[in-house]
Formats: sequence, C-alpha cells, structure tokens
Amino acid sequence: MIASGINIDINEGELVAVIGINGVGKSTFLRTISGVQPALDGKIIINQKNRKNLSAAQLATLISLVLTEQPLSKNLSILELVALGRQPYTNWVGSLSFTDREKVRDAIGLVKIEEIQHKKCFELSDGQMQKALIARALAQDTPIMILDEPTSHLDMYHKAQVLQLLKKLSSETKKAIVFATHEINLALQLCDKLILMQPDGIQQGSPQELIQKGAFESIFPADLILFDPKTQSFKIRT
Amino acid sequence: MQSTRTYKISLFVLFLAMVAVWFLNISLGSVSIPFREVIAALFTAEGSKESWQYIIMDYRMPKAMTSVLAGSGLAVSGMLMQTMFRNPLAGPYVLGLSSGASLGVALVLMGASMFGGIASGILFSSWGLVIASSIGSLLVLLAVMLASIRLKDTMAILIIGLMFASLSSAVVSVLAYFSPAAQLQQYVFWSYGSVGDLSWNEVGILSFFWFLGTGIAIFSIKNLNSLLLGEQYAKSLGMNIGKNRALLIISTSLLAGSITAFAGPIAFIGLAVPHLIRQVIPVNDHRILLPAVILGGAILMLLCDIVAQLPGSGHTLPINAITSLVGAPVVIWLLVRKRKFLF
Repeated sequence: MIASGINIDINEGELVAVIGINGVGKSTFLRTISGVQPALDGKIIINQKNRKNLSAAQLATLISLVLTEQPLSKNLSILELVALGRQPYTNWVGSLSFTDREKVRDAIGLVKIEEIQHKKCFELSDGQMQKALIARALAQDTPIMILDEPTSHLDMYHKAQVLQLLKKLSSETKKAIVFATHEINLALQLCDKLILMQPDGIQQGSPQELIQKGAFESIFPADLILFDPKTQSFKIRT
Repeated sequence: MQSTRTYKISLFVLFLAMVAVWFLNISLGSVSIPFREVIAALFTAEGSKESWQYIIMDYRMPKAMTSVLAGSGLAVSGMLMQTMFRNPLAGPYVLGLSSGASLGVALVLMGASMFGGIASGILFSSWGLVIASSIGSLLVLLAVMLASIRLKDTMAILIIGLMFASLSSAVVSVLAYFSPAAQLQQYVFWSYGSVGDLSWNEVGILSFFWFLGTGIAIFSIKNLNSLLLGEQYAKSLGMNIGKNRALLIISTSLLAGSITAFAGPIAFIGLAVPHLIRQVIPVNDHRILLPAVILGGAILMLLCDIVAQLPGSGHTLPINAITSLVGAPVVIWLLVRKRKFLF
C-alpha cells in the first residue's frame, strides 16, 4: 500500500504540501529527496544536477530539513540551535563569521522569536520549538526547505500560525518549501501546490485544479468522511 | 552562545585551578617535604636532600602527570560517549569499556603464560598491554553501539553495558582460577587502580595515546556539535555519519583503553566530569566543552589522588574508591533530578 511511480517537480517560491493517509510513504518520500535516506529507485534533480553526484556537504547547501521527534539536545538555547544551521558554511571547528551571525539573526527575526532566543529548548512550547527548528533551517540558507509534519502536536491556532509562517517564508525568501501534513483543510487555503499521495499513484496540482478533478473524494473511505467541494473542506458523514 | 569572552575567562580560571592543584598534588604525600624544597627540586634540580629530589622527580611528577592524562582522557572519552549516544549517563566505566579493557589486560597478565616464549615477551611490554586493553574497550564499544541502534532506550543501553561488565569479569574469574598466584596478584593490584608507579617511559607511551585520542576529538569538534541535533540533522548539515562515528569510536577506545591499561579501571570520572563542568560553565558547544572537560578531568583526578595518598600517613587508598565516592553521587543526582535524561 505504498505510493509508487511518483514524478513531480517543484519550483522556487512555491509552498507545496504533501498529503496522504498514514503509512502511504510521505515521510519516506521527503527523507529520500532530502538525502537522509538512500533512494530505493528513481532520480532526483536539483538545479539541473543529479542528487547522486552531489556530496553530503554540497547537498547541505541546497536542502534544509525540519524533522519531528529528533533526539536533539534540549539543553541547547534557541540561538545555539539556529547557529548550528550555519555548519555547512563554517570552518573546520565551526566558528561563526560575521555573515554567519547575520544570517542567524535574520532567521530568528523572520520567524519572530527574538524575545525567546536565549531560552533553552526544554523551556519551549511545541509551537515555539517548531518555529525554532524552522529558524534553524532558514539559517542554513538553502533554496529548498523540507519539513516532515511540522504541525503535528500543535493546536489549531499554532498549526495555522506555522503554516502561515511557511507561506510568508516561501514568498519572501523565494524558497521552495515542501512539507508533509495531515492538515488538508489548512493546506488547501495556503498552498500553491498539493501533492496527493495514494497507494495507486499520486496526483498533483494547485488546490483548485485538484478540487475540480475531484481528487479529494477518494483519499479517505467514503463511508466515513466526505469532501464538500463547495466549502472546500472535509465533513464527517452523519 | 553567551559571549565567548566569559567562556574564555572560565577556561583560564580552570587552567589556573589545575596548575594550583597540580602543585598541591606534587607537594603532598606520605613523606612531608616543605613547599620551598618542592619548588627547588622542580626548578633547580638541586634540592637539599637527594631523597627528596628523587621522590619529587621520579615518583610524584610521573604520578601527577598520569593523574592529568588519566583524568582528562577519561573525561574526554565520557564526553564523546555522551554526545555520541545522546545519553547523559554514558561513560567508559558504566558502559563497560573499562571492563573490556580489563579483560584485555587480564588476558595479557594472566593468559600470557599460554602464549609461550616470544609472544609473551611482546605482550608483556607496555605497548602490548595498551593495545590489548584498547582492543578490549573497542570491542565492547562496538557491541554497545550495535545494541544502541536496535534499542533507543537510554536505560537498556546502560543495562547492556552492565552485562558486558559482568561477562568480562566472569571471563577474568575463570582466567584467575587457572593462574599462578604471582600473576593473579599482579592483576588484582592493577584492578584496584593506581596512578602511581609509572615510569617516565610509560608516561611517555600514555601521552602518545592521549594525544592521538584527544587529537581526533579536537578534529571532530564541529561534527560533535552537529550531533547535538541527532544523526539525521547532522547528516543534513553535510556530516559524513559513518566516517565520523568510526573516528569517535577509535578516539574513545584509545583513550579509555590506554588509560585503563596503565592506571587500572577508574570509575566514574568519565561520566561525572562533563556534568560537573556543565554546572560550572553551562555550555553545549564542544569548542568550549572539550577544553573545559580536559581541565576538569585533570583537576578532579589530581584531587582524588591527593585524597587517596592520605597526606602525612604511610598509607595509600585505592584511587577507585575515591573516584567512586565522587562519581556515584553524581549518577544518583542525575537520576533523581527533575529533568532527568535531559541531554
């Protein structure tokens, strides 16, 4: 039941959501394009270059990641965490140059976490932690940012806040931002493109295109959840 | 990322403390020698008594050097393991590296008779001892590493370490049963742990391995910092996980192995020092942490050695007893404090 035959392209400045039921392979797909997991098959082209020919160090300047549930040191302060995003550019011992410090400051500013930048990670709420991780990825200064379920564990308000932040970042920084999510309703309102992963293949396009194609009707078993094209949202069958 | 200046001052203060403790260590011992005479013996090579000169230069100096090398080296290996496993309770002693090294040493000390003539000649040399004990700790570390890939649980890894410790002590017991009394005694004394009785030549060999192990750790500083984010992030930051892991494993085993070979299995220093240092300098950046841990390990070991010497008396306590008195409470504190396992 894992999606196969995926063939997609993503352009700069686009906010792209990857949607699909649990276990369909969203995380695997994202981890494969990001290079933390070796590709089972297929080709990944970044800026006309085959990813296979790129070293880990080169890849680190092209793709940044926001992953959930990583065993990262909670003793780090936000500032230290974000500064680690500069690792691909620093010298052998990791000293921050003037430019590095500037990029770290910019990243923290873009995400608007200046006030809490000296707090340690264990003091942060889930929403703040997610923003800190996004700031870290921003500091890495890559044309592509990939996020694996950045909105899980968050309440409705913070989900919307994080997604709106991603929307703002994609248009302001011209990054291609790809994220996996279960928040279809929110993604429909904010994203430029949706990638719908299903066991028998994928569908992709702008929210409007996909709605017109009726793509959402088949995501979930129809005996429980229905898609209402008029309100562009899912409803529980009562 | 507090101002680097504050950290530099802290490091400088630690360095001064180490020098002070070092002088204290040299001047105290079972024979009381006036401090002026100690200085005279150290710097002018003409102390007023020849015996004092000998005690200082050929007994206390190598002992203090060994304390510095052993304390700092164990502390570095503890720090490397804590970052590598992202486990605040990791250390060469608790994860069984010292036991692995002990097994290597036991095989050399008690099993050498089985190898016969030439082989035992090579094995008995200091180099043979160091290599056997480094291989012992390397094998245990590899086994714990493999276990840690399968078990993500902090406690499970510690229990695996304990099991390796029991396994190797069981093998040692079997060896001991079949060994002649003289060799058994040699092993038992070694296993109490001691930083004394090393010749300058042996201190030289230990320094060689210390520089090798610490050098690799310094070379890995940037990657150690990446590892604070976990392996997936580290990889996405351009780190070569496999190569880096191999380097860290080699560095840890060389340090733990060589120190155990010369000073015996010393408990808890590797685990406790990184935590004690974080209490003094709250830092995660290995650029600061590594030198601080080196200095802290040296200070703690020199202090433990002073206590073990029971200055003024003719007795010496096993160093292991003293380090355990310091280290065991640290582990208990780590386990009971509120944010336990926060790494």
